Amino acid sequence: MRSLLRFLVRNFAFLLFLLLEVVSLVMVFNYNSFQRSRFLNSANFISASFYNTTSSVFQYFELARVNEELANENAYLRSMLDGGTLEEISSHDSIVITHELPDSRFVFRAARIINNSANKQQNYITLDKGLDHGIQADQGILAPEGVVGVVTSVSKSYASGLSLLNPRWSISAKLKNSGYYGSLRWNGQNYRQADLQEIPIHVNLATGDTVVTSGYSSIFPEGLLIGTILSFDKPQGENYYNIKVKLAVDFKSIRYVHVIENVKKEELKALENKVINGAGNY
Amino acid sequence: MGREIIKYAIMFTVLVLTQVLFLNQVQISGFVNPYIYILFIMLLPVNAPRYVLLLGGFFIGLSIDIFSNSLGIHAFASVFIAFLRPPIIRAITNREEDMADYPGLAQNGLGWFLYYTAIMVLLHHVALFFIEVFTFVDILRTLYRIVLSSLFSIFVIVLSQFIVFRD
Repeated sequence: MRSLLRFLVRNFAFLLFLLLEVVSLVMVFNYNSFQRSRFLNSANFISASFYNTTSSVFQYFELARVNEELANENAYLRSMLDGGTLEEISSHDSIVITHELPDSRFVFRAARIINNSANKQQNYITLDKGLDHGIQADQGILAPEGVVGVVTSVSKSYASGLSLLNPRWSISAKLKNSGYYGSLRWNGQNYRQADLQEIPIHVNLATGDTVVTSGYSSIFPEGLLIGTILSFDKPQGENYYNIKVKLAVDFKSIRYVHVIENVKKEELKALENKVINGAGNY
Repeated sequence: MGREIIKYAIMFTVLVLTQVLFLNQVQISGFVNPYIYILFIMLLPVNAPRYVLLLGGFFIGLSIDIFSNSLGIHAFASVFIAFLRPPIIRAITNREEDMADYPGLAQNGLGWFLYYTAIMVLLHHVALFFIEVFTFVDILRTLYRIVLSSLFSIFVIVLSQFIVFRD
C-alpha cells in the first residue's frame, strides 16, 4: 500500500498526462453527442456572441458583393413567381416564405453566417439565428448558389451546424438529367470539390451535368442545386462511378443563407416508422 | 505571485481571442492555418509544476476546441506538448548558463527561442493534424499541411515576441 502510494505520488504528472489525454480522446470519439450539446460548441452564448460582434464589423467590407448576390437571387425568384405561390409573413427580422411544393411544405428563414471555415478536415458553420427565430436541429442551410449544410445544434439565439465540407455528413444527391441518385460526401481535400458515390456504371454521364438534392431526406426539398460534374471515371471491377463534383457554393465567400424547415417532417417520419415497423406483419 | 496569475490570465484570454477571431479566419490555399495559442504553454515559468503545465495546456486547448467545434483535438495536442515541455527545455539549454525563469525571446536570445518554438510547434502540429484526419492514408498530404502550417506558426510566434510580449 505504501509503495503504491509512493508510486502514485512520484508519477503524478505522468498519470495526470494520461488522464487528460484520455479525456481529450473520449471527446474526439464522442463528437456526435457533444456536437448536439448546448454548451461545448460554437452555438453557446459566449463564443457565438464574440463571433457575432466581429462578423458584424467585417461584413461591411463585403456589402458590395452581397448586394450583387441578393439582386441576382431576387431576379431568379422573380422568374420563378409565375409557377408557385409566394407569400410573405414577417416575423422577427426575418422574412418567411412558404414555398408550396407538390409533396411537402417548406419554410425558409434568412440568417447570417457569423463563423465559417473551409480549411479544416471538419468544417462547421455558426449562424446568428436560433430557437427564438424558429430554427431547430436537422434543418437544412441553403445559400443563393446552392446547398451549404445542416443545423445540428441550437441555442436561444444562435445555431451551429455541419458544413457540406465535413466528411461526417453526406447528402442524398441525384443527377438532374437521368434522376439516378447517390450520396455526396466531401473528401477533405479541395474545398471546391466533393465526391458523388453510388451512381451505377450503366448511367450515361457527361462533364458539366447538374447535381441536385434528391428530396429523399426530410431536410432538403427536391431539386436544389449542389454542383456540376467536374470529372468521372469507372474504376476496374467496380459497379459504381467515381465522380468528382464541382460545388456550386464557394464556401470562402458565403455570408447570407436560408434555413429550411420542413413543416411536415414529423408526419413524414411517423408514417415512415409505421411502414418499417409494420412490415413484419405481412 | 498574484501579479503572475493575472498576467497569465490576460495572456490566456488574448491568445484564445486572437486565435479564434483572427488567425482561424486566415485561409490561405486551404492548407495553412497558424496556431499561436501554444505560446501560452511555451511562456509559462520554467520551474512551474508539471500539473500547472498540463492543466494550463488542457484548458487552453479546450477553449479553442469549443470555439472551433473540434472538441478534444486541440486539447489533446496541447496536453501532449505541455507534457514534453520540461525535457525539451532541458535538452536545448546549456547547463552552464543560468536559465531565466521566463522562457521568452528577450531572456534567452533569438537562436534559443527559434529552436524552442520550432520543436514545440512541430510536435504540436504533428499531434493536431494526425488526430484531426485520424488516418495514415494520404500521409504525404497531411505532412505537407503540417510543414506549411508549422512554418507559418513559427513565423507568427517569433514575430509576436518582437511586437507584443517584449517585457
